[in-house]
Amino acid sequence: MTRVEVQYFAILREQRGVKAESIATAAATVAELYDELRVRHGFTLPGDRVRGAVNDIFVPASHPLREGDRVVFIPPVAGG
Amino acid sequence: MKPFAISAVPIEVAALARALADDRAGACVTFEGWVRNRNEGQPVASLEYEAYALLAESEGEKILAEARERFALTGAVAVHRTGHLRIGELAVWVGVTAEHRGAAFDACRYIIDEAKARLPIWKKEHYAGGTTAWINCATRGEHAGSAPP
Repeated sequence: MTRVEVQYFAILREQRGVKAESIATAAATVAELYDELRVRHGFTLPGDRVRGAVNDIFVPASHPLREGDRVVFIPPVAGG
Repeated sequence: MKPFAISAVPIEVAALARALADDRAGACVTFEGWVRNRNEGQPVASLEYEAYALLAESEGEKILAEARERFALTGAVAVHRTGHLRIGELAVWVGVTAEHRGAAFDACRYIIDEAKARLPIWKKEHYAGGTTAWINCATRGEHAGSAPP
């Protein structure tokens, strides 16, 4: 199991009900972790509409998770 | 002052404009994004912006650096608001200076277009009837970070 810190923003923060949580996961990649959390928390956004960031850098869906990573899932953006 | 900033307080346009002052510049182009009262036919009462500030600031700096590389600029700064904004409030401000107007217009357009498409910032619309919606986050639609329409 890998322990990571997950931070939530916008629609994911509201659907989860918290801004951040520590999670022990068997997921190997950012995409696998999102799928796990989507099922557990009922996130409405499918995985292909969410981008990943690890330790404040955008990463591809296949990015491997490491102990202590800070993971953020980025819903479709709407600045401006 | 950081060239790109996320701000939880109202944007001070006069201070930003002063920071751009440059004897080499013959042109200054600025863009203001305002909160408007309608979106896709629905009356909007107010807007709430939320940002992943650390990544938004580093991505914003990247966009400004790209603009400086592509266009002959003497300066470029931008600020994006977070928090609950009323109709008419300033949500985003971009200012660029250049020796000549062509580069300034093009760079300003580049920065706001890239900012809208790439910055991890989200917008929640509050409607007159009390309902709300996160823009672009309906179950079907475009991918995060895709090009603007």
